[in-house]
Amino acid sequence: MLEIKGLTATIDDKEILRGIDLTVPDGEIHAIMGPNGAGKSTLSYVLSGREGYEVTGGSVTFNGRDLLAIEPEERAAAGLFLAFQYPVELPGVGNANFIRTALNAVRRARGEKELDAVAFLKEARAAIKLLHMPDDMLKRNVNVGFSGGEKKRNEILQMALLKPSLALLDETDSGLDIDALKIVADGVNALRGPDFSALVITHYQRLLDHIVPDRVHVLAAGRIVRSGGPELALELEARGYAGLEAA
Amino acid sequence: MPAVTETIETIDRLAGGGYKFGFETNIEMEFAPKGLNEDIVRLISAKKGEPEWLLEWRLKAYRAWLTMEDPHWARIHHPKIDYQDLHYYAAPKRPAPKSLDDVDPELISMYDKLGIPLNERAALAGVAVDAVFDSVSVATTFRESLAKVGVIFCSISEAVREHPDLVRKYLGSVVPAGDNYFAALNSAVFSDGSFVFIPRGVRCPMELSTYFRINARNTGQFERTLIIAEEGASVSYLEGCTAPMRDENQLHAAVVELVALDEASIKYSTVQNWYPGDAQGRGGIYNFVTKRGACRGRNSKISWTQVETGSAITWKYPSCILQGEGSTGEFYSVALTNNFQQADTGTKMIHLAPNTTSTIISKGISAGHSNNTYRGLVRIMPRAHGARNFTQCDSLLIGDQCGAHTVPYIESRNQSAKVEHEATTSKIAEDQLFYCRSRGLSEEDAVGLIVNGFCRDVLKELPMEFAVEAQKLLAVSLEGSVG
Repeated sequence: MLEIKGLTATIDDKEILRGIDLTVPDGEIHAIMGPNGAGKSTLSYVLSGREGYEVTGGSVTFNGRDLLAIEPEERAAAGLFLAFQYPVELPGVGNANFIRTALNAVRRARGEKELDAVAFLKEARAAIKLLHMPDDMLKRNVNVGFSGGEKKRNEILQMALLKPSLALLDETDSGLDIDALKIVADGVNALRGPDFSALVITHYQRLLDHIVPDRVHVLAAGRIVRSGGPELALELEARGYAGLEAA
Repeated sequence: MPAVTETIETIDRLAGGGYKFGFETNIEMEFAPKGLNEDIVRLISAKKGEPEWLLEWRLKAYRAWLTMEDPHWARIHHPKIDYQDLHYYAAPKRPAPKSLDDVDPELISMYDKLGIPLNERAALAGVAVDAVFDSVSVATTFRESLAKVGVIFCSISEAVREHPDLVRKYLGSVVPAGDNYFAALNSAVFSDGSFVFIPRGVRCPMELSTYFRINARNTGQFERTLIIAEEGASVSYLEGCTAPMRDENQLHAAVVELVALDEASIKYSTVQNWYPGDAQGRGGIYNFVTKRGACRGRNSKISWTQVETGSAITWKYPSCILQGEGSTGEFYSVALTNNFQQADTGTKMIHLAPNTTSTIISKGISAGHSNNTYRGLVRIMPRAHGARNFTQCDSLLIGDQCGAHTVPYIESRNQSAKVEHEATTSKIAEDQLFYCRSRGLSEEDAVGLIVNGFCRDVLKELPMEFAVEAQKLLAVSLEGSVG
């Protein structure tokens, strides 16, 4: 379970998060929607521990652990996964090698046995098939020369293999055509279960047609201004964000 | 950031612990007295039972050396080396082994520790090894199976005794005794090294490998390697080097000569991991090496691949003289410096004949307070119609205390030649590091992964089993560099 209480954070002394309260119980998928500049990406970076974001108040616990006290790689080992809005290119680093190195780092940290190359490839190929991705996805260098859609799908592939207990999806739907959107949604839905929860950050309702959330929260000007069921997303789609900040 | 501070502290605590080859081996040794003079040169020659011509050649080199000054053009700094304060000969006391069974078990176990299989039964399939310990070759494996196809692979001392005509014909023919300060010094006092001869039409059936180890204190290591590939022959050769950790600096001045005749090809790979000194810059090997290959024959090819992670100072320019029409020279290099290491390395591609081609791919990584310079010369001579060169030099900086420098010299005296040069300098981006860490990699593993990716174009040129070693080595050498 993820519990965020009174979280405030700044970038370059500018306050972006102004007191976020949010609880995501195990097994639930919550959506965070909101206009540009509301602090959606900042929230995902603060939760995953990126440098340059200063937490000025509040607390975040994940399965009882103080998330803010540990390093990004420890958060990954604890089961957190961030699907990047802009996945990063790693020239010369093979995708299979990258994912296996990450997976084994996480397994080591959790006291599990490392996967050898053969066992890993078997899992990776199965995941690729499930996600309808081309086979060469594993051979190429991490995100280098990938189209926007391929990059996003590569995030989902990594998520499928790392099997996080909490996934943060930062505008994973942006720039995706409808087919790619479905693949991304399938990837998330495949992980759905009592031990998996997700925070899906999005601008648009359309992703939520495919990943049906348990709760929808509206983030505006650094605060959650409204929360509701899936129907809230439809309402926002119809009316827009205007007027919400005052709510 | 706390993570970084913690990392640095951990590394400080382990200072030097990153170099896992720093142990010393206790073997009874025989030393020549310290210092260098004609008597020492004579003594070395006598110890080796050398013919008169070779002694004369050494003495000539020594006299030339006396008239020379050590070069100052490289971007390296070090206190003046006291050449009279070194031993120029050190050898295990046991008589030279006749077979592997005679090798001192202490030595076998040292090479085991280093992961170098001297026991043929246990050896990796397909790699023959010559092991040079301080001044002498202690073991060469797979000699008999190589001899069946006519390949000679032995120490250069043995070659002088058993194949004097070949040695006399080729020794010093690529790097003359008086070529430069360090080559002259080496010619005067070289003690051992490897000799490889691949006869006409033979493709060497296995990788050949020499493993150099400096063990003794206050001892210079001056090995000399000579590789000859006759018409249509080919060989792949790899050298590895380690040394114990010591507070004082040790001198290493090697010479490597390669000769490729018509249609022959030589691939020479180096994984250089001499002790680099500690995090404060104390100790480490001074590595002043002259490596040069002559593509004498038509369509011959010489390819240098080097991964340089060790040594306090690296001064090294593996070069190709493209004499044969249509010959090819290649240089693939990764040079990584950390802490206070200094590397000034690159290549010379001298195009003498028509339609010669050369390729230079250099990847420099600097971390800590280190300085890393690529220095390269591409020279197209008037007769080299249609010569082609492509050069790519990439530098990667880690931290803000280090330096990367690129010094390319291009001289073209032929209108039809085509010379290309590309260079980039970059830093590891914060978003790359964060991306890796968010996936569970530690900061150091992330840097290792990114650096290995940066070097991939060079690493893929290494023989498979060594590429894996080299990748690990790069990661280990970067320990403590993040910050």
